[in-house]
Amino acid sequence: MPWHYLARSMRGYPVRPPESGIARRKSIWERIHLDPWLLGLLLVLMGSGLIVLYSASGQSIDAVIAQSVRFCIALVVMVIIAQFSPSTFLRFAPLAYGIGVAMLVAVDVFGDVGMGAKRWLVIPGVIRFQPSEMMKLAAPLMVAAYLNRCELPPRLRDILVCGVIIGVPVVLTAIQPDLGTSLLVASAALIVVLLAGLSWRLIGFITALGAAGVPVLWMNMHNYQRQRVLTFLNPESDPLGSGWNIIQSTTAIGSGGLWGKGWLQGTQSQLEFLPERHTDFIIAVLGEEFGLVGMLVLLCLYLLIVSRGVWMASAAQDTFGRLVAGSIILTFFIYVFVNMGMVSGILPVVGVPLPLVSFGGTSSVTLLAGFGILMSIHAHRRLLSR
Amino acid sequence: MLKRPNTLKNSEQELRIFRVRALLAVLVVLTLACLLTGRLIYLQIVQHDMYSTRSENNRVRVEPLPPNRGLIYDRNGVLLAENRPTYNLTLVRERVDNLDETLALLVELLELPEEEIEAFNVRSRQRQRPFQPALLTSDLSEDQIARLAVNRHRLPGVEIEAQPLRFYPDAEIMAHALGYVGRINVEEMETLDAGRYAGTHFIGKTGIERFYEEELHGEAGLRKVETNARGRVLRELGRTDPVPGENLTLTLDKSLQMLAYELLDGRRGSIVAIAPATGEILAMVSTPGFDSNQFVTGIDVASYRGLQEDLDLPLFNRATRGHYPPGSTIKPFLALAGLVEGVITPDSTINDPGYYQLPNDSRRYRNWLRWGHGRVDMERSLAVSNNTYYYTLAHDLGIDNLHKQMSNFGFGQRVAHDVQGESGALMPSRDWKRGRFNQPWYPGETLSVGIGQGYWQVTPLQLASATATLANRGHWVKPRLARRIGDTPVPLDLPDTLDDIQLANDNWWNRVFSGMEKVISGTEGTARRTGVGLEYRMGGKSGTAQVFSLGQDQRYNADELAERLRDHALFIAFAPIENPKIAVSVIVENAGGGSTHAAHLARAMTDAWLLEDEAPDVEEVREVLEEDNANVEGN
Repeated sequence: MPWHYLARSMRGYPVRPPESGIARRKSIWERIHLDPWLLGLLLVLMGSGLIVLYSASGQSIDAVIAQSVRFCIALVVMVIIAQFSPSTFLRFAPLAYGIGVAMLVAVDVFGDVGMGAKRWLVIPGVIRFQPSEMMKLAAPLMVAAYLNRCELPPRLRDILVCGVIIGVPVVLTAIQPDLGTSLLVASAALIVVLLAGLSWRLIGFITALGAAGVPVLWMNMHNYQRQRVLTFLNPESDPLGSGWNIIQSTTAIGSGGLWGKGWLQGTQSQLEFLPERHTDFIIAVLGEEFGLVGMLVLLCLYLLIVSRGVWMASAAQDTFGRLVAGSIILTFFIYVFVNMGMVSGILPVVGVPLPLVSFGGTSSVTLLAGFGILMSIHAHRRLLSR
Repeated sequence: MLKRPNTLKNSEQELRIFRVRALLAVLVVLTLACLLTGRLIYLQIVQHDMYSTRSENNRVRVEPLPPNRGLIYDRNGVLLAENRPTYNLTLVRERVDNLDETLALLVELLELPEEEIEAFNVRSRQRQRPFQPALLTSDLSEDQIARLAVNRHRLPGVEIEAQPLRFYPDAEIMAHALGYVGRINVEEMETLDAGRYAGTHFIGKTGIERFYEEELHGEAGLRKVETNARGRVLRELGRTDPVPGENLTLTLDKSLQMLAYELLDGRRGSIVAIAPATGEILAMVSTPGFDSNQFVTGIDVASYRGLQEDLDLPLFNRATRGHYPPGSTIKPFLALAGLVEGVITPDSTINDPGYYQLPNDSRRYRNWLRWGHGRVDMERSLAVSNNTYYYTLAHDLGIDNLHKQMSNFGFGQRVAHDVQGESGALMPSRDWKRGRFNQPWYPGETLSVGIGQGYWQVTPLQLASATATLANRGHWVKPRLARRIGDTPVPLDLPDTLDDIQLANDNWWNRVFSGMEKVISGTEGTARRTGVGLEYRMGGKSGTAQVFSLGQDQRYNADELAERLRDHALFIAFAPIENPKIAVSVIVENAGGGSTHAAHLARAMTDAWLLEDEAPDVEEVREVLEEDNANVEGN
């Protein structure tokens, strides 16, 4: 396996030969540094996603093919990343973070405007790239890399440094404006700090500070963002305007009942009452066509992935690996919760896609890259380390 | 690059912290998952029924299918009112993103004239049931349709709707009799059955269109359609077809109606013709007419003002609402009243010195011929239109009997079955005068009534109807405009028909007819010039109504003033005497040239009806009229 040797050569420390000469045969999964359970669950999830997508895209086989191609690319990215050893991520975290911040600045200065916000960086004819996506991984890596140097639980000085590390990309993303992504970047990085053992007093203090900051945040929000919050609080106030999305998505889910209306039979979805039905609101299509049963099956699938991820994180052998793995898998769950919460009307509409089900390439690549890191951390445990 | 990890770090403690935190995280994850599950159970199980209904209401739309309005034909099957396919512009406000922008764009695309924009805006904001299309403009041109089609994507909620639009091929001639349809206005919308009129934009406003609105309208149908979020219909889930309105066949004869219109020649006046045996109104014209088609699509303000302010009152239906003193035309009816009440016999006579005096009164009520007609019997009284005879008769009858007998002929009341907006005009009586002026009735007033003056007012329709009853030997058949509704004939006997008029001796009818024949064919008849070359026996009676004053708010120049102060010419006629086929009343306002003007028109009408192959030449009639004008004679 050339990848294996490449990865091994990149390790920061030499591999010790197996003790007592008992050669433990490595399984094929260990050789390619992938976790079969996690991979299997992800493939099932992506497969289910494609089935829902076919219905949600108005039965467009083109959309399914396009999504499959993206999944393949994302899987390749995941496999490649899994071959690098965790120490590589540790070393390259500051570089990735630096490049990410630079690109965010570039986007804010001369980014491409789409959907009323500057989010894209375009090299004409080559690539359209959303630097904030990259930040979702780079920020927690950077925080974990920093905390890896410190004694844990972190002292106040370290926490302030982490605050700066987190604050810069979050603010840069928020002013694009892309509130949803900036909150996700923030939460991904904050989880690292929390897992590292942020003291409960500080957590309480920061929570209080955050509560006090709500009015300040409100003052600085764009009108459309405020509108979203207001609509969330009372969707019926503007049923044909900004309340439309939530009313139609809850109607779709609610009308699905226990067993749903059947695949391709959802009237809310198929008759286009449901907005953004193949992207952010795709879960409503599932809810309408497969009912509560379908929703719970999907939720269970996500929980299984999260369980496996958390187990892998706790099995990691060093602090950096644990923090990064924990952050990646918990952020994944946050995506799921925010998306499902928003579509079912318990959270405001913030534009977070449903991981590996919503139509879209960038987020799939980011997610699977994250799982690649997770697998790398898991697969590169030093054998018989005790 | 960061420094190597601090080897002195307490790995055990870090691992312990991590495990505690990870456990807490898992608990949070489970809590949030439970929260989501709870929410989903709430939506999909608890509130399922509510959301099911909501989703069904989203998808299914009930669309009304307006029925086709019934067509209107004349008695010979000539089409008088049809439905032309046209294109309307409608707007569903709920589906419009920005009403102001949409309207501005529409005004630009349709190239609406400045003065129509306001009405257009008002219509778009008119109160509507939710998701009901509001009619913005009707009768779009090809160009307008093309421009709208190209810009369709910019105009959500705006639809071009094919709709049959009412069209009257002979609008000017038929306007008053047929009436017209117009847009349903706000007041009408409140009283109409919303279900029946869903999708219907027009309603009969006047005339036949209004009277038979119920029958002409038909029953609305429905279709349930599945629509997408943009309101586009995807498929039909079910439908009930509309029931089209009944076609109406009228009693009017279009060619006779047209002749009457041409005979009146743009003057102010009215001609009504009735078939006595059946009560069928053959012609009912009021001139000047107007183009009723303008009212269908909504007349523009300037044209409407023009019609409103026209001193000739083209919108006024003289035939059914015009009040005229009947003048001498009522003399045959008075003679009949005298016969019924036994005040006269056909052979009783008076001596006419040229005037009549009430007992103990020095005032002389004059005959039109100053020196009198000498000995006058009933027939001669009609032929020469002697006033003294009728002063005597009226005095002998008294106002009470006179009122009773004239009421039997339909004066002072609505006579027709299905004429919208008919006026009852006025048949004076003691009670009426006390109620109106709080004054007693004076004997002199009876004398005025006796020659069709004073308070007495009739409509041309009443006059024609009374003439038809007279020609029918007192047998009342209610005048009607509808012959068949769908395939159902309107019955001869209709409710609320007046009682027949009975004479002691049936031969007396012939004596009255004879007197009326002498009006036209007798040597001293007042309309004897009209009788020249008559090919059948015709009875008639002339009349002149004096114009006393003009409306105060009307301004005329000197020439016009003189013209409008001239007498109205009236004539009633029926023919042939032995078996009357047509009874006519003619009123020409300010004809001036004496009653013969109207008599010529009446003759032309009977000629046209009785001599089917020899339709009278309107030009010839006009020449005769001009000759007569040069040669004025009293009535």
